[in-house]
Amino acid sequence: MEELAVRGAAAAPPVGAGHNWPRNDGVDLDLGWVLDQRVNLSAAERRVATLPGRRTVKKDAQAAWLLKAVTCIDLTTLNGDDTTERVKRLCAKARHPIRPDLLDALGMGDRDITTGAVCVYHRFVSTAVEALEGSGIPVAAVSTGFPAGLVPHDIKLREIEASVADGAREIDIVITREHVLTGNWQALYDEMRDFRAACGDAHVKAILATGDLKTLRNVARASLVSMMAGADFIKTSTGKEGVNATLLVTLVMLRMIRAYQERTGIKVGYKPAGGISAAKDVLNYQFLMKEELGREWLEPDLFRIGASSLLADIERQLEHHVSGAYSALNRHPIG
Amino acid sequence: MSVARFFDEMSYGPAPEADTEARQWLARHDGEFGHFINGAFVAAASGKTFDSFEPATGALIARVALGGSEDVNAAVLAARKAQAPWAKLPGHARARHLYALARMIQRHARLIAVVEALDNGKPIRETRDIDIPLAARHFYHHAGWAQLQETEFADHVPVGVVGQVIPWNFPFLMLAWKVAPALALGNTVILKPAEFTPLTALLFAELASAAGLSPGVLNVVTGEGETGALIVEHEDIDKIAFTGSTEVGRLIREKTAGSGKSLTLELGGKSPFIVFDDADIDAAVEGVVDAIWFNQGQVCCAGSRLLVQEGVAPLFHERLKRRMATLRVGHPLDKAIDMAAIVAPVQLQRIETLVAKGVSEGASMHQPRIELPKGGSFYPPTLLTDVQPTSVVATEEIFGPVAVSMTFRTPEEAIQLANHSRYGLAASVWSETIGLALHVAAKLAAGVVWVNATNLFDASSGFGGKRESGFGREGGKEGCYEYLKPKAWLGRKLRPEPVRAAPRPAAGDFGLPALDRTAKLFIGGKQARPDGNYSRPILSPKGKPIGDVGEGNRKDIRNAVVAARAASAWGSATAHNRAQILYYIAENLSARAAEFADRIVAMTGASAAGAKAEIEASIARLFSYGAWADKYEGTVHQPPLRGVALAMPEPQGVVGVICPPEAPLLGFISLVAPLIAVGNRVIAVPSEPHPLAATDFYSVLETSDVPAGVVNIVTGSAMELARTLAAHNDVDALWAFGSSELSTLVERLSTGNLKRTFVDYGKATDWMDRSAAEGPAFLRRAVDVKNIWIPYGE
Repeated sequence: MEELAVRGAAAAPPVGAGHNWPRNDGVDLDLGWVLDQRVNLSAAERRVATLPGRRTVKKDAQAAWLLKAVTCIDLTTLNGDDTTERVKRLCAKARHPIRPDLLDALGMGDRDITTGAVCVYHRFVSTAVEALEGSGIPVAAVSTGFPAGLVPHDIKLREIEASVADGAREIDIVITREHVLTGNWQALYDEMRDFRAACGDAHVKAILATGDLKTLRNVARASLVSMMAGADFIKTSTGKEGVNATLLVTLVMLRMIRAYQERTGIKVGYKPAGGISAAKDVLNYQFLMKEELGREWLEPDLFRIGASSLLADIERQLEHHVSGAYSALNRHPIG
Repeated sequence: MSVARFFDEMSYGPAPEADTEARQWLARHDGEFGHFINGAFVAAASGKTFDSFEPATGALIARVALGGSEDVNAAVLAARKAQAPWAKLPGHARARHLYALARMIQRHARLIAVVEALDNGKPIRETRDIDIPLAARHFYHHAGWAQLQETEFADHVPVGVVGQVIPWNFPFLMLAWKVAPALALGNTVILKPAEFTPLTALLFAELASAAGLSPGVLNVVTGEGETGALIVEHEDIDKIAFTGSTEVGRLIREKTAGSGKSLTLELGGKSPFIVFDDADIDAAVEGVVDAIWFNQGQVCCAGSRLLVQEGVAPLFHERLKRRMATLRVGHPLDKAIDMAAIVAPVQLQRIETLVAKGVSEGASMHQPRIELPKGGSFYPPTLLTDVQPTSVVATEEIFGPVAVSMTFRTPEEAIQLANHSRYGLAASVWSETIGLALHVAAKLAAGVVWVNATNLFDASSGFGGKRESGFGREGGKEGCYEYLKPKAWLGRKLRPEPVRAAPRPAAGDFGLPALDRTAKLFIGGKQARPDGNYSRPILSPKGKPIGDVGEGNRKDIRNAVVAARAASAWGSATAHNRAQILYYIAENLSARAAEFADRIVAMTGASAAGAKAEIEASIARLFSYGAWADKYEGTVHQPPLRGVALAMPEPQGVVGVICPPEAPLLGFISLVAPLIAVGNRVIAVPSEPHPLAATDFYSVLETSDVPAGVVNIVTGSAMELARTLAAHNDVDALWAFGSSELSTLVERLSTGNLKRTFVDYGKATDWMDRSAAEGPAFLRRAVDVKNIWIPYGE
């Protein structure tokens, strides 16, 4: 039974991180397209529910997929009690997320495995930039009155500019949920356009706060408007809503990314955030990315995972893969 | 492959489900299985066996007993012996047995799932996540019906000994669908699994025995088609339940004709999958995966005929092709695949041949560039576009992973294309507009309709087809009746031979002659001369001529069917409207009660009191069906999903009725009234010896606002007219009451379009007895239940 004749889609050519996909400059707001979006909840649930039965990875493949997930993590701390030392500790973990002996055992000792980014509030951007210097790891700043996004618009723009000035290469903005809930797509588009412009060369991730939007139709429409207005990534949540990332909203957002690419040729990235804390969960997100969007979306330039405790579980799983014995949290450096 | 290579490629590695326990089970039996009869495995009396192979590798998996007549006899004997004590158990005791079987399935779920995947070649995901859990659910659900039988089915008794012949595409699930209701309701079973996939039935029998099921209650006889034929033709079997091809279903109908065996047939399909331009297109694309690439498309209700609204067809096909490229085909025990093996090389060849034919007829074929495992029977997911309705792939069931796609312009055209098929099993409708989706669902000729979903099954909701997809339902309360018969019919006796008086010439005298009344036929709301323009004399019991009626022939039946078909609005009239008309018929009959009573006395020699009683009973019966018309309702099933399944009784359509010779008015009304109450249109052949009550009835119909074509009356020879009606492919059902020869003829000739038949095998019904001659037992046969699944949510 070891060597099953398993065949799937003809293997895509190896794709590494760091391509230069053209940036999404956005398109004019197309209200007809926005309002055309329909999402059938039961059908979406069925797709998500059956996926884990259709795709799985075991042994070496699983270890590889988990390592890949590590490279996509936006290692995050977004707490009221954050301090510079706390942020520095996190940055150190971002540089060395996996114990070197484990990487060696996996035959991956020669690879530069780091997380995808470190994600902090504006106050700690400069600390993180300094701590990560030379690593190539970008710093992402949550912005625009995160998490509720209800500060004045001009202050939001100034917050973005300040973070960019401090060295943030990625800005995670929050949209004004009211615009979605009241169907004010023009306002959402205009707001997002301004955010994008304020970011300059920094990439912008649009946080939709899907837990606040409630319906999948809202999620689909907000995704599309954000992309039309130039979002480089669309992101589920702040981590502070009642419900954060789920496979269900992921499915809807990925399909919107695909529809946007169908029409514009532009690849937009995706970032689920909040609630992904187990290795087996992140695999399902990866399967969904690969199945719905394709191989390219498994790399950090198109896929990020906003998480704080996920890494620790992946470390344990990898040690288990290497040693055959179940691991414990305290065997891996804290982040 | 190394971690590094997986890291670069991000491909899925092998993810095999272990087969250790399954192999151990096979080894414990030395790879050889006998029949399971009377609680034990026994070798075939002939000593013959046949080989069963693993579709994925072609390797021999087991040798299995080849059932011959001695084996079938032994199984029937065991089942017969067990039936009375099994039926006599309190419902609660049988409920405990079924509950134990459900628990047993759950305890051994993985073993069953793995054996099933090996034997059938389908993915372990499907056996593990769908087939086996649904089977367990079926036993739980029917444990409940056993528990409730005494109260819910108090006026019914079990059918008796049941022969069940099941297919290879869902070996274990079909076992559950057949065995659970049969046993729950007090029947005993001889089950024949398909020759390609006998193993899980044997495993089930073994485990069931260990779980305490009494010997003889469930018997498994393995074998090929011949074995199935032995079961079908066995004299001591009371019912046959068959799932399989329409071709074999026809043969079974023919072989059992006149035997008195009750029959359910769940046959083929070419089910439409309709995508409107306001659908969630991605959901619909994923729906296709579940429709036609589920179980390699070897699904009787597979959504194999895609009908896509023209405006969205390019986008839909583009996304579907993209999705096809991500499908993975692999070994059944691989946990990271979408499709596995076709059940046998012969089926693979059939698929290849049909697809080649479709391409030669102009279809464009798309197959994704994915690799298939070497060895074994594998076929890639396939989409045929540019398919015209004239192509063989548009009409024939391919029974493989092949979807054919056509476009439509309007909802009406979608319905027309969808219904333009000899089949009528299932359908799937994709639209986010509730009004549109439900409108179309209601109009589709199918036993099951899924709205924005496909291939959903549950024990609570009946499954089964219309037209050549067979008859009978499995699951739900509607399915229970297939394993029961009315108590009120138990005492029926064979009808005595009719006594025909020798004709005596009418003696003329010189008084004022009676005014001649020539009874014509009644077709399309008009009195019509018979096509042949011959008449037949109607005699009193003493041989005195009392009138002539038209000698209806084939062409009169043809004309009547055309008229009935044209009166389809009756089926969609409101139930209140139909009720009003039935009451009105009763009112108008009542006004002429004395005249009708005299006629009955003259025709039958009944006493005046007897004739009056028949008229009063007729009026009451019309009232009963007027009452039922807006009360014979469907139910809302509660399958485990956020949504509902509406079980809607629908008229069967155009129904022929051969009225019994006795009770010339009451017999006619007892059969015609339930049919029209629920929306059918009828071609009635009145009592052959005493037709004048029915011909007198024309004017009652005419004065009662019955729309033209709803009731058509053709007088003449019951056998001859039944012959034409039974063979008529635009007649949906035929009810025939009369001689046993009539019953045999009707059942035997009904196979052309597999019309539903309701016959009495020559046994007389006491039409005055309401419990035997009126009510739901008749209404159930006047409708097909359509289950419309409506998941909801936003």
